[in-house]
Amino acid sequence: MGDKDRPAYTEYHPRWYRKRVSTYWWLQRGTYLVFILRELSSVFVAWGVVYLLFLVRAIGQGEEPYKDFIGWSKHPVVMAVNLISLFFVVFHAITWFNLAPQAMVVRMRGTRVPGKWIAASNYAAWAVVSALAAWVILGG
Amino acid sequence: MAKRTLEPMLWLMFSAGGVLAALLLPILLLLFGFAFPLEWITPPTRDHLQAIVTFLDPLARVVLLLFCMLALFHAAHRLRFTLYDGLQIKHLNELIALCCYGGAIAGSIVAAYLLWTVA
Repeated sequence: MGDKDRPAYTEYHPRWYRKRVSTYWWLQRGTYLVFILRELSSVFVAWGVVYLLFLVRAIGQGEEPYKDFIGWSKHPVVMAVNLISLFFVVFHAITWFNLAPQAMVVRMRGTRVPGKWIAASNYAAWAVVSALAAWVILGG
Repeated sequence: MAKRTLEPMLWLMFSAGGVLAALLLPILLLLFGFAFPLEWITPPTRDHLQAIVTFLDPLARVVLLLFCMLALFHAAHRLRFTLYDGLQIKHLNELIALCCYGGAIAGSIVAAYLLWTVA
């Protein structure tokens, strides 16, 4: 191999060839879309908190504002936003609990607890916490 | 010594908030967004909800504030990376982080104020 075949010395690091990824890469495959939708559930988690804070404000203001809040929550736009939010919040919960076995390594008597059990215990906790929350809110 | 960053703390809040949001938000939204407005179930009285917020004062307020704060930071952290990955706007990284975490901090302050006005 002669000298002329070698690349000339350069002070600068060569730029690697990298194919430009489309901004809309997440539309190219179903799994990518599911990933980005899962991540976007964050917006609806935030809305859920904001909605509950409106409720807290109404409770703090008194009987009439609380009734107004219930009235406001019947508005079709509020209801539509809440319906989408409920879908995304449930989607967040399911994907979160399904990922739990990857994040938690639990050992019992020296053997690793199977992922299915960890996910199942998370779902069980979800059911118990939901029932408990409903019980407290509905007045025991 | 390695430079200390906020990053581990943010990931910790992300996970804690993620668990709390997953466990509690679906039932809370189902009740207050649908069951009560659509009158599937009679809504609780304002006095009852007030009693929940002031239960073992200030224990319930603190717990509710922690829930709001962690869920907001979970959302902020996740949205930050969604915008970063999804839209390829690396040059706006600092601005996005500022808006996301700033929003979460502002939301937490508002949450604290509102929770402590319930009397």
